[in-house]
Amino acid sequence: MTPVSEHDPDIGLFTVLREDGSADPKTDPNVPDAVLLRGYREMRRLRMIDAKMIVLQRQGRVGFYGACTGQEATPIATGLIASEGDWVYPALREQSVMLVRGFPLDAFIAQVFGNSGDVQKGRQMPSHHSGRSVNQVSWSSCIGPQIPQAVGTAFAMKKAKSGNVAFGFMGDGATSQPDFHAAMNFAGVWKVPCILVCQNNHWSISVPTEKQTASRTIAIKARAYGLPGVRVDGNDLLALYKVLSDAKERAKNGGGATFVEALTYRIGAHSTSDDPTRYRSEAEVNAWKKKDPLDRLRKHLVLRGLVSDAGDVAMDEELSAEVAASIKRVEALPPPDRASLFDDVYATLPWHLREQRDALVRGPSPVPHG
Amino acid sequence: MATRQLRYREALREAMIEEMERDPNVFLMGEEVGHYQGAYKVSEGMLEKFGDKRVVDTPIAESGFAGIGVGAAMVGLRPIIEFMTWNFSAVAFDQILNNAAKVRQMSGGQFSCPIVFRGPNASARQVGSQHSHAMEHFYATVPGLKVVAPAFPKDAKGLMKAAIRDDNPVLVMESETLYSVKGDVPDDLSDVVIGKAQIARPGKDVTLIAYSRATHIALDAATALEKVGISAEVVDLRSLRPLDEDTICDSVRRTHRAVVVHEGWPYGGVGAEIVDRIQRLAFDSLEAPVLRVTTLDVGMPYNAKLEQLCMPQTARVVAAVTKVVARGRA
Repeated sequence: MTPVSEHDPDIGLFTVLREDGSADPKTDPNVPDAVLLRGYREMRRLRMIDAKMIVLQRQGRVGFYGACTGQEATPIATGLIASEGDWVYPALREQSVMLVRGFPLDAFIAQVFGNSGDVQKGRQMPSHHSGRSVNQVSWSSCIGPQIPQAVGTAFAMKKAKSGNVAFGFMGDGATSQPDFHAAMNFAGVWKVPCILVCQNNHWSISVPTEKQTASRTIAIKARAYGLPGVRVDGNDLLALYKVLSDAKERAKNGGGATFVEALTYRIGAHSTSDDPTRYRSEAEVNAWKKKDPLDRLRKHLVLRGLVSDAGDVAMDEELSAEVAASIKRVEALPPPDRASLFDDVYATLPWHLREQRDALVRGPSPVPHG
Repeated sequence: MATRQLRYREALREAMIEEMERDPNVFLMGEEVGHYQGAYKVSEGMLEKFGDKRVVDTPIAESGFAGIGVGAAMVGLRPIIEFMTWNFSAVAFDQILNNAAKVRQMSGGQFSCPIVFRGPNASARQVGSQHSHAMEHFYATVPGLKVVAPAFPKDAKGLMKAAIRDDNPVLVMESETLYSVKGDVPDDLSDVVIGKAQIARPGKDVTLIAYSRATHIALDAATALEKVGISAEVVDLRSLRPLDEDTICDSVRRTHRAVVVHEGWPYGGVGAEIVDRIQRLAFDSLEAPVLRVTTLDVGMPYNAKLEQLCMPQTARVVAAVTKVVARGRA
């Protein structure tokens, strides 16, 4: 039996940012200032977008929203290190990778409204974004199917020798799914250029991680599949940058897949349909708020003289204006054209859908079916 | 134009080989498709011909390799996913229903999923309930999918080629009991297209509508009926979604009577859909209610006698036809 120790990467916790805000010189990936500042700005913007979207939902202006507050470091770090040809299969809380990779904010917000500004034409519920322009596929509402899909995309990349990688995300709850097991197994057997990332935020709606798995850590599960597993501080942008960059290098160089557990915490509700005060303590939430990923990055940047209070105020004003203006523009857009309802069911419109479309466009009562 | 005699499995294999030779993005993946040459020898010789990068043996995980196929299709490959039997696709249902069938529509047309899922479907011979399901009824209801069920080697080859070239997910329902059936396969398959039925036998008194193995039952019934002076026309659907309602209804308008024959349970399904189209589109032509001959409404038993009792049989088709022909003639 392999001995298990706190020094094992799948048992311990890879961290760079220390409590005083300094970077541990033993692990510091020395990320360039400009990249760090970009990540900082994206994290602040994302937190603002999430807050505003929840308000919109409470006001009845959008139907649903799943925020990633407290978990921003993982998607933002991924966006920073992903190359143009890489593909991203997010779960619920990684939509924002696409923003970092240049997806327009208006189109991102239009997805939540599901109106004519939405590239998905109002078909998907909120927080199920996708963007072909940035190679990001929507997750499936069933938990887990995106994981084998990410492995399949990586399988195709390996065949094409493209040098690209596929990122596949999941929450801690998804590791109980058969799709997780199948995907990890295929990733191990086929050595595909894939990075599978579990954001362990401690809660699958109301089910705590200890009721989800008896494994000592989630990362340790990788051993069973012959994959390297790494447990990383998911609230530490620098640590994530390092671990994900290493995994990407390994994948690109033929070393196969890596499984990453990013330890973090869901500060808010599971979604706008959830009230977490019914199942977890305020003390627990407050303890994690002290380890907030944005605060920790800020402390580090202040220490390095890269950000200041005045600079943050100015940045927030700018970001707030950007997001508010985007919401204003997007909310004014009309719904998708009713005739568009029948597009994209098939690659070309079949006769029976043409008939249904014509009937729908002509009058108020469509044919029942057929 | 040349025509050769091929077995159903050889026709499927030839279709896959020709398409893989034509397009390097096409590959076959599934359990036992390579070294074992396919559980039913459909992929015999393909590993040797194309190598293990294009004839890919997988671990036992239908949901896994169905999902892998979806992910590979989205980046430009054209996977052919073999299910050892369609029964086992039940554990991959989510990848087919929620992902392959929906990704184009849900993404607003941003992503394409050109993928073929194939394998033997419905009854085999004494393999029990979990190996005998007629899964096409579940899948044919799903927008975004195409579902074909060839009865003859010619259509098996033509529809398999069409499925591989299609930019949508296409499900090919084969049959374990048809794999060894021989038939003429011409070089020119241009008349075999997804969505087009064929008249397998012309007749004038009643229309029998069937597909896959049931087409052969309907043909046997038509032969038996001829002896008692009833001329039955057999419509072989070939494609279940899209459904060629024109060929069905044209035939019923001529014969005024119809019996639908298929495997699978009588509740809902493809047969009920056909009956709905006939009553809706050809109501004025009907002289009798449309009847269905299906598998009995129970799980398939293993015992050979009981199994035969459950499945649609020629005698049951003849009885149903006798009933509908009697109506309106008295």
